[in-house]
Amino acid sequence: MLEVKNVCKNFGDIQAVRGVSFEVKKGEVLGFLGPNGAGKTTTMRMITGFLPPTSGTATICGYDITTNPVEAKKQIGYLPENAPAYDSMTVSDFLGFIAEIRGFSGQEKKDRIDATLQKCRLDKVRNQTFGTLSKGYRQRTCFAQAILHNPPVLIMDEPTDGLDPNQKHVVRQMIKEMASEKVIIVSTHILEEVESVCTRAIIISNGTIVANGTPDDLKKKSSTGRLDDVFRMLTLDKEDKANG
Amino acid sequence: MDSFNNIKAIFKREIKSYFQAPVAYVFMVVFLVLIGFLTFSVTRFYERQTADLQPFFFWLPWVFLLLVPAGTMGLWAEERRAHTIELLLTMPITMFEAIMGKFLAAWSFIVISIILTFPIVITTSYLGNPDLGAVAAGYVGAILLAGAYVSVGILTSSMTRSQVISFVLSLVFCLLFVLAGWDPVTGAFSKWAPKLAELIASFSFITHFESIQRGVIDLRDVIYYISVMAFMIAATHVVLNNRKSA
Repeated sequence: MLEVKNVCKNFGDIQAVRGVSFEVKKGEVLGFLGPNGAGKTTTMRMITGFLPPTSGTATICGYDITTNPVEAKKQIGYLPENAPAYDSMTVSDFLGFIAEIRGFSGQEKKDRIDATLQKCRLDKVRNQTFGTLSKGYRQRTCFAQAILHNPPVLIMDEPTDGLDPNQKHVVRQMIKEMASEKVIIVSTHILEEVESVCTRAIIISNGTIVANGTPDDLKKKSSTGRLDDVFRMLTLDKEDKANG
Repeated sequence: MDSFNNIKAIFKREIKSYFQAPVAYVFMVVFLVLIGFLTFSVTRFYERQTADLQPFFFWLPWVFLLLVPAGTMGLWAEERRAHTIELLLTMPITMFEAIMGKFLAAWSFIVISIILTFPIVITTSYLGNPDLGAVAAGYVGAILLAGAYVSVGILTSSMTRSQVISFVLSLVFCLLFVLAGWDPVTGAFSKWAPKLAELIASFSFITHFESIQRGVIDLRDVIYYISVMAFMIAATHVVLNNRKSA
C-alpha cells in the first residue's frame, strides 16, 4: 500500500535523510521513532509530497509521489507537526475549505463535515475560530482535516505532542479504531505510545534506519528488554556514549 | 474541471480571509481617502477647469505602491510563518493552482478597491462632460496595472516568512517598475542615451498605463501586462519549489 524507496534529502551540504526504504501494509500502524533532528519530519514531508526528495521516491497505493503527486496526495491524510491551520477561520469553515479542495460539494460536503466534527468531538467548538482554541482542540481540528476524506493512508507527525493524558488517550483510541482498514504512520518520541498503538516500529537516526521490527522484536535487542534502552543504544552517537 | 474547482476553493478562502480581518477595510479606506485627497486637493481638481480623470489616473500608480503590497504581503509569507503551507501543498492540488487561486483573490480585492472609486467618476460627470470612453479605458488600464503589481507582490511574498519584508520588497520592486517610465528619470537618460531610455521606459508600468489612458486599448499594452503577470507567477512557482522547509 505504501512503499518508500531509498529516499534521500540534502539541504545544501547537510544530508538530512540518507537512503530510507520501508513498506507499510494495510492494517499496520507504523511507529516512526528517532531523536530530534534524525530526519523523521523530513521523511514524512517527502512521503506526503511537501518536499521533493533529492533522490528516491515513495509510492502510495500505486501512485508515485514524484511523478503523479496529485493522485498520490488524494490517498493521504496528513497531520503535520504542531497541527497548523488558519487562525482566523472557524473550525467548520476550515473543514469546509478542506472538503472543497478534496473535491466534495453540496450535500456530500455538509455530511462529511458533520460526520468528521462528530467523530473528532468538535461539535462544541465548530463556530469558534482556530486561533482561540486550546492546544487539544487545535490538534483535533487538524486531525479532523486529515481524516475528512477517509483516506487509505494516514500520516501523523507527533499527533499527541503537547496533549494532556486524557487527550492522548482519545487520540490513541481513534488511531486504534481506524487501524484495521488503513495504513497508518505515526511519528513520536513517546515510547509507551509505540507499545500501545503500533504494530511495528522503525527507529531512525542520523537519516538512516537503524531498526525495523515489531515492538517485541525491538525489545529483545536490549538485555533489559525495555524499549527506551534499545532506543538509547541505537541512536546515541559514540561520543555521547563516552560522555554518558 | 478539477483544476477550476481547486482554484475556486483557494480563491474563496483567500477572499473570505481578506474580509474577515479588519486590515482589509482599513487599507481600502486609506486607499480611497488618499486617492481622493490627491486627486481633488493636491492636483487642484476644481481649478483645472477640465472635466476629466487625468489627475486620478496620474496618482493611481503611486497610491498602488502602498495599497497593493499591503494586500499581497500575507499571501505566502503568512502561510509560511503559520506553517499552513504544509497543509496547503500536501492537498491534491498543483502548485500552479495554489498560486493562481491566491493571485486571483488578491487581484479581485484590489479591483474591488478600484471600483469603489466610482464617486470620482460621478463627480466629474456632474461637473462636465468627461470622455467616458477614455474613462472606461483608463479603468481597464488600472485593472491591468493592478494585476502587474499583485504579481510582483505574490512573488516577494513567496520569498520570505515575514510580511514586513515582503511588503518592503514588493514596494521597492514596483517602485523600480514605476520609476523606469517616470519623466524625470527617462528625461535624464534620454539626453545621452535616447535608445536606452526608450528601452527602459518600455519596461515600465507607467508608460503602458499612460498609453491606455489616452483611450485606446492597444493589444501591445495588454500583452505587456499579461507577460509581466505570467513572468512573476512563473518566478513564484520556482521560488516555492526550491524552498527548503515551511
